[in-house]
Amino acid sequence: MKLELRNITKRFGSLVANDSISLTVEPGEIHCLLGENGAGKSTLMNVLYGLYQADEGEIVLDGEVQRFSGPGDAMAAGIGMVHQHFMLIPVFTVAENVMLGNEQTGFAGRLDLDASRARVREIADRFGFHVDPDRLVEDLPVGVQQRVEIIKALSRDAEVLVFDEPTAVLTPSETDELMEIMRQLRSAGKAIVFITHKLREVREVADRITVIRLGKVVGEASPSASNAELASMMVGRPVELTVRKDAPKLGKEALVVRDLTVIDDTGHVHVDGLSFEIRAGEVLCVAGVQGNGQTELTEALLGLQGRVRGSITLDGKELVGRTVRQILDAGVGFIPEDRQVDGLVAGMSVAENLMLDRSHGSPFTRRGSLQLKARDEFARRMVHEYDVRTPGIETLVGKLSGGNQQKVVVARELSRDLRLLVAAQPTRGVDVGSIEFIHKQVVATRDSGLPVLVVSTELDEVVALADRIMVLYRGRVVGIVPADTPRDVLGLMMTGETPEGAVA
Amino acid sequence: MTISAAPTTTPAEEAPTVVTVVSRKAPVVLSIFTVGLALVLLLGSHDGDTTFRLSTRDDLFQLPAVTVPAMVTAWLLVVVMAAIAGWSWALTLRERPTPLWLVALFTVAALVSFLAWAAAGGTIPVVGLLGGAIALAVPLVFGAMSGVIGERAGVVNIAIDGQLLAGAFAAALVGSMIGSTWAGLAGAAFAGLLVAVLLGVFAISYHVDQVIVGVVLNVLVIGLTSFLFSQVLAPNAAELNSPPRFKAIEIPLLGEIPVIGPVLFQQTAVVYLMYVAVAVIAWALYRSRWGLRLRAVGEHPKAADTVGIKVNRTRYRAVLLAGAIAGLGGAFYTLVSVPQFNREMTGGAGYIALAAVIFGKWDPIRATLAALLFGFASTLQGVLSVIGSPVPSQFMLMLPYVVTVFAVAGLVGRSRPPAADGVPYVKG
Repeated sequence: MKLELRNITKRFGSLVANDSISLTVEPGEIHCLLGENGAGKSTLMNVLYGLYQADEGEIVLDGEVQRFSGPGDAMAAGIGMVHQHFMLIPVFTVAENVMLGNEQTGFAGRLDLDASRARVREIADRFGFHVDPDRLVEDLPVGVQQRVEIIKALSRDAEVLVFDEPTAVLTPSETDELMEIMRQLRSAGKAIVFITHKLREVREVADRITVIRLGKVVGEASPSASNAELASMMVGRPVELTVRKDAPKLGKEALVVRDLTVIDDTGHVHVDGLSFEIRAGEVLCVAGVQGNGQTELTEALLGLQGRVRGSITLDGKELVGRTVRQILDAGVGFIPEDRQVDGLVAGMSVAENLMLDRSHGSPFTRRGSLQLKARDEFARRMVHEYDVRTPGIETLVGKLSGGNQQKVVVARELSRDLRLLVAAQPTRGVDVGSIEFIHKQVVATRDSGLPVLVVSTELDEVVALADRIMVLYRGRVVGIVPADTPRDVLGLMMTGETPEGAVA
Repeated sequence: MTISAAPTTTPAEEAPTVVTVVSRKAPVVLSIFTVGLALVLLLGSHDGDTTFRLSTRDDLFQLPAVTVPAMVTAWLLVVVMAAIAGWSWALTLRERPTPLWLVALFTVAALVSFLAWAAAGGTIPVVGLLGGAIALAVPLVFGAMSGVIGERAGVVNIAIDGQLLAGAFAAALVGSMIGSTWAGLAGAAFAGLLVAVLLGVFAISYHVDQVIVGVVLNVLVIGLTSFLFSQVLAPNAAELNSPPRFKAIEIPLLGEIPVIGPVLFQQTAVVYLMYVAVAVIAWALYRSRWGLRLRAVGEHPKAADTVGIKVNRTRYRAVLLAGAIAGLGGAFYTLVSVPQFNREMTGGAGYIALAAVIFGKWDPIRATLAALLFGFASTLQGVLSVIGSPVPSQFMLMLPYVVTVFAVAGLVGRSRPPAADGVPYVKG
């Protein structure tokens, strides 16, 4: 089935998310949609899938103009979507998820689960997946959940398949497997739209590449284009893809973690006997697929986790068992992985957010009353120093772009008197310009002689920033390796394998 | 250093590491109960025998009554309770959870011990107690079913109490006017549905906080029914507030099984309707298309939307059905219990039903069992005040509510509500 999008325009208030975008995808073709976060890729796909209605333009399938009032219509027309955040119900089985909305029933609406199981098995066998139709989705690894999404789309006879940032949650080897599946689907004659911002993947599978920036198509690129060419098209100017940094000037061991174990309320062990140390002036990057204990590790460092065993010492002082306030006062700076949830109060102004963790004592409060002048002066200085693009310091943080929000967090944390910086996913959902800026700040912090712990699921970022790399898998250290370790070795370690000689 | 990438092998799927996190709640609660009951026995010691009567006079098969010395029995059972509490401590110290059957055994021991002491010198009609528990649980069970359906679809229904009350009112009014119990029942369902319409409009269409809407609806129904009662029903009681009553029907054969027969199968049509309702809902929720879609909408509405399920339409249907079911439960008050409507006659039963939903972990069968437990507590209070127990009646009146608080706070494990419970679905 041939898909054509003609001059799609979608506005949200005054924001034009899609500005007259046109796109053609032929059957048996993988068409990549490349663009930064916030460029409008997902909006476009939600229009295609009937979740949003376009303000202008039309969707054409095999020459026929379509009207989608909801996803049900889009599915009936043969469009299937593998969502970035899986649209699966965690407490349902695979078979139930696949049949949902498309159920075969018997007397009184009795579900025909056998038919659904058979359908899952049939599709799984056709593409060589291993999926048990009776497992609960929440018990499956992320890669398998994604296959359930694919099976769900195929079970509805989708001819056009949209993959929305499908590799964000996968290990490198799972990504390779997904690429193989996409090639198989292409040979089966499906039209495939592959949305991503990862250049490497684009060049590997794409037949055609369309680059989107700020809601507009900026051009087509050939799969043989270089990374630098693609990146500069995506961003609109030449981009420095590597982080410039000198050899580290290592000091003494500053952060020492011994046998750290973190358990949650339901008894799941998220961090399992972790031991490592970071020296002053060193960046240790934690690599691993999301959900392998990184969140819990960083939260334990800040005193946010309840059941923590083992020891964390910073410059010889024990941090385990102390309150968050005491740990902040001990000089731990923390960039949380989700700025919207843990880093900022969206409904408060830039100035208020900048002093959020300094609300006790001078200079920002005196005898319980806020010192507005001190606060505003400080805020103006920070906005200038950290290049926060905001209309003013009174602007609500929630109104800023992702990159500028993150700069507010970085400014707040780095402007304190730090002894350690913990940065979790510091550039997630941030534009390329801000990424460069934040990376420079991280390197500058390290060069000022502080220990830095960076958690990232993006291998590029890990390799760019790290002096040493610690790979986590299921809450355990697979290995701590030098920064120049080959990617394929790191990728393998992220699946829990320990290649020979990789453990330092 | 040489580093080589070994051939890619996908590691076997391992289960995540899990250690048991044992809370000390179970042994602590059990110990408190044991000590508390021992204190009661110590302070309020009185002699005599207690008789547990297991059959009613007109039963076909007569079981002999059991007579035991009150204090000895009570103390023996306290010893059993202490042993169970000790066992629970031992399990906890070895980081193992206290199994549910042990808690159940403890509860039975505590109950029998308490009954033996409280009724010293008198007779406990066991069949009457259990049969009464079923009857008194009727509004709670219907209310709990309403709550389960609503919350599984993602709409918190605090308005159960209002729906029960509206049902009771409408049943009395319609039943009196038409002179038919079944018409009264239909009227009750319709009244519950009307309250649900309001809940749906505010909660689903206008995204108003569901707890607040529910509470406001309850107050509204109390005000409305009280006003209509004093202005319309009370002055014309003969025509408008004297509905016919459902009579108990004995089911042949089943009704003659000792103990179980009189308890379960010599009840009114409303009770049999309740059995059917619970069975149908329990089946449909897990095995039918209706139930699958309903649960999907309550767990992950966006996922349901992406497979073409109309989220808000599904929720509306669920809320309306739930309202009608709660209305049926309200009919119990005026068509079975007392043949007339009174102000605020539900006595907050809707809130107890809500507790049963949580205690029952949003599952129809478990919620029903929870409702039965609360019904039992209510009957117990009635029976004990008739026997003339040494406990002041004010304390006995508190019993159902105390049981509710302990059950929900103390004994229920970690329960997980539907993920989107109480969250309005806004597209995009």
